[in-house]
Amino acid sequence: MNTPVVSPPLARKDFVTDQDVRWCPGCGDYSILAQVQKVMPELGMARENIVFVSGIGCSSRFPYYMNTYGFHSIHGRAPAIATGLKATRPELSVWVVTGDGDGLSIGGNHMLHVLRRNVDINLLLFNNRIYGLTKGQYSPTSETGKVTKSTPLGSIDYPLNPVSVALGAEATFVARTVDVDAKHLQEMIRRASQHRGTAFVEILQNCNIFNDGAWASISEKDSKGDAALLLEHGKPMVFGKQRDKGIRLNGHRLEVVALGNGVSDSDLLVHDEQDATLTFLLATMQGPEFPAPLGVLRAVQRPTYDEAINAQVAAATAKQGAGDLDALFAQGDTWTVP
Amino acid sequence: MEPESAAAGVAGSGAAKRIEERDHVVIRFAGDSGDGMQLAGQHFTNETALAGNDLSTLPDFPAEIRAPTGTLAGVSGFQLHFSSRDVLTPGDAPDVLVAMNPAALKVNIDDLEPNGILIVDKDQFNDQNLKKAEFTSNPLTDGSLDKFQVFEVDITKLTINALKDLGLPTRAMMRSRNFLALGLTSWLFQRPVEPTLKWIEQKFKKNQALADANARVIKAGWNFGETAEMFRTAYRVKPATIAPGHYRNITGNQAAALGFVAAARRAGMQLFLGSYPITPASDILHELSTYKNFNVLTFQAEDEIAGIGAALGAAFGGAIALTSTSGPGVCLKAETLNLAVCTELPLVIADIQRGGPSTGLPTKTEQADLMLAMFGRNSDSPIPILAPATPAECFAMAFEAVRIAVTYMTPVFFLSDGYLANGAEPWAIPTAASLPEITVAFRTDPTGYYPYLRDAETLSRPWAVPGTPGLEHRIGGLEKDYLTGNVSYAPANHEQMVRVRFRKIAGITREIPPTPINGAAEGDLLLLGWGSTYGSLEAATRTLNDQGHRVGHVHLRFLNPLPPDLGDILGRFRRVLVPELNMGQLVKLIRAEYLVDAVGLNKIQGQPFKISEIVSKAQKMMEASR
Repeated sequence: MNTPVVSPPLARKDFVTDQDVRWCPGCGDYSILAQVQKVMPELGMARENIVFVSGIGCSSRFPYYMNTYGFHSIHGRAPAIATGLKATRPELSVWVVTGDGDGLSIGGNHMLHVLRRNVDINLLLFNNRIYGLTKGQYSPTSETGKVTKSTPLGSIDYPLNPVSVALGAEATFVARTVDVDAKHLQEMIRRASQHRGTAFVEILQNCNIFNDGAWASISEKDSKGDAALLLEHGKPMVFGKQRDKGIRLNGHRLEVVALGNGVSDSDLLVHDEQDATLTFLLATMQGPEFPAPLGVLRAVQRPTYDEAINAQVAAATAKQGAGDLDALFAQGDTWTVP
Repeated sequence: MEPESAAAGVAGSGAAKRIEERDHVVIRFAGDSGDGMQLAGQHFTNETALAGNDLSTLPDFPAEIRAPTGTLAGVSGFQLHFSSRDVLTPGDAPDVLVAMNPAALKVNIDDLEPNGILIVDKDQFNDQNLKKAEFTSNPLTDGSLDKFQVFEVDITKLTINALKDLGLPTRAMMRSRNFLALGLTSWLFQRPVEPTLKWIEQKFKKNQALADANARVIKAGWNFGETAEMFRTAYRVKPATIAPGHYRNITGNQAAALGFVAAARRAGMQLFLGSYPITPASDILHELSTYKNFNVLTFQAEDEIAGIGAALGAAFGGAIALTSTSGPGVCLKAETLNLAVCTELPLVIADIQRGGPSTGLPTKTEQADLMLAMFGRNSDSPIPILAPATPAECFAMAFEAVRIAVTYMTPVFFLSDGYLANGAEPWAIPTAASLPEITVAFRTDPTGYYPYLRDAETLSRPWAVPGTPGLEHRIGGLEKDYLTGNVSYAPANHEQMVRVRFRKIAGITREIPPTPINGAAEGDLLLLGWGSTYGSLEAATRTLNDQGHRVGHVHLRFLNPLPPDLGDILGRFRRVLVPELNMGQLVKLIRAEYLVDAVGLNKIQGQPFKISEIVSKAQKMMEASR
């Protein structure tokens, strides 16, 4: 991230545009927009140094509502566009907003490569497990058997788990949060913005029109205690409505254990954002057997692509001197005709 | 290769060998794709350039890196035309063929001029190789080569003899055979080998043994020519009368890369290339990746789409944006090109055309992407198209493509092809100061700013880059309001936007210089072409005018928009012939645009036109209309 320089400090309203927000009433995207607009002033960045890039889909309308620079591009390609922008303008704060279809289906390839390259951008993937803008077809994160307009007999596809994909692509920062948990969502946005490298944040988001309640167990007050595990670096993995359960390593498998009867916090796994093996294991946890992990799964440091590409230019210039066109034109064997 | 004069005597040569003056020579090196024919050809070319001849080259190689050794599929060739006059094409047919094995002979022998010089590596004409080349009898003994001057040289043995005391493995020695052929032909045409020796020294400076070996083989080839009884005559081609200046030899892709760098430099901006490797465009990526100290960023993307996507992102950020590819890649980039059309951001797409459809003929040339560049996107989506006519001209046209892109805030096609990309010719090296100015002024003033407020003359919108206070705005692929750039689905606004995008591109005609007509300025027939067919068309025009016909030649560099004076020029000729290396694409545009009964001449063989093919068609047309 860049050195914050802005005064006077901005407020949420500074990031609101004059465009009418056109998501369906009740859409989870409203909450995400509100939290992003709330966190933005904290970054201390001037609005003109922030860019939101998106692809196609409901989530990708996001840039129109952020009073920063914005680029609503084409389906799946936002990571590629953001890569070119960040490589040439490394001082900018670049955010990609995408969805499960945009980011993991049509744009799956770019997703893998932006993550492995570790371009210093923040990538918010709104996962509602459905295609909303095209009115309700199954997505690459929809559960097998999903009945939709394009799968009347149920989807036969096996779904992708976005955080597993990100970890598999060697992402340096992987987090998961929920649209309705304002505080946690804000915290994840903050953490993402502080990370140097590609920060991948999966936001479980509700599409109340085409896939209502897809994340209900994780987002609803009554059930989320048992269905979600809030990860905290250096803390044992305790969860449950009564904080009475935990995650323990048994051999090379994870297991859910009840606390008490000789089982205490010290028997549980302690979260370590930098432990590659552990984060892979955690990513596989899903209901109903396991709670879904929320929070920062992985945060490690690796040189960023934009730094490296510009470092090569700087090194070449330092070594060879700033390029001289006349010398360049005349390189190799030349001859003069009098 | 008609002798100009049969001069006798050899000045300064110990051996009593005749030297004949020749006006021009077309030589083709052919061998297995592992035999190093491209390298031998390139060095012969370099020697020839330094000898002061005008020249043109045609590399012709298979798509397979190493097809099975000795087979017909694996034959690689390099043709060079050099002359004491100006050279327009790599030559219709070789006067000299160097065949390193039977397969190379079989593939190329039909092209050799009667009485042409044929040099073969005799050692390679064994039963096994003859069988691989599908010969039923040995052409060296069955009389089938009687109409040529055949020189059976023990190229393999001579190479091994030259190296035998160096302790190199046989495979390594065999790899030097190309330099024996190079040494021999350098003697035969009195080319200086010093530039090649210098190159060897540089190339193998960390391996003195290899440097010595290669130098030894070249000299062995030269000495064999000079001392063996076999060759009685050497040939000399006097330097051409070339306009005074400083020259270097350059391929189209090298020239294009330099043009892009120069344009970015003239604009005082960073150059960003987003690209994915593809034949025959990859050399642009290779070249530019070595120019980092010119503030050039090269990004080898995960695919063609990311290549152009990243370039467009860089354009949004305020860089000179470039993507390089060939036809199959253009197909993949189409959606992003349209995003560039809609967002009105400057971007150059270099399409180095090759044979198609689909994967087609990756290493062979074709000009069949014109309609793709014109129309290959959804909806009404005009993009300017510029096409260089010669390898050296790739420099100026690449530069111009950038200038047009940033002046008009539009994607621009730079439409080259495999023949221009890999072909080489002398390039009059310009001075940086003599290049046109490219002025880019980013918008910084928030007063009265709208993202789609247009310049009154060019109709281009302001380039307002992130980081500029007060100009925060959102753009994208949804239709824009005519002024504010906000999303608008209003019916009349859409029509207004489609029309203004067209008007903007049509207005580029003001950048097009008056169209030069070579040959007759009016008369019987106009040869109208574009791209790499320039040399063939120009040579055909000269031939036809020498025959007393009144034939003009116009070669278009701007294909969209077309030059404003073209309609008038078409009207000055009774007939119009449009030769193209495709099924007839420019001819359709011309017929549609001008209602002229233009006729196509189409060749789709992955090879350039021969001059004779154009002359013959033109003669027939003029006869028919008499």
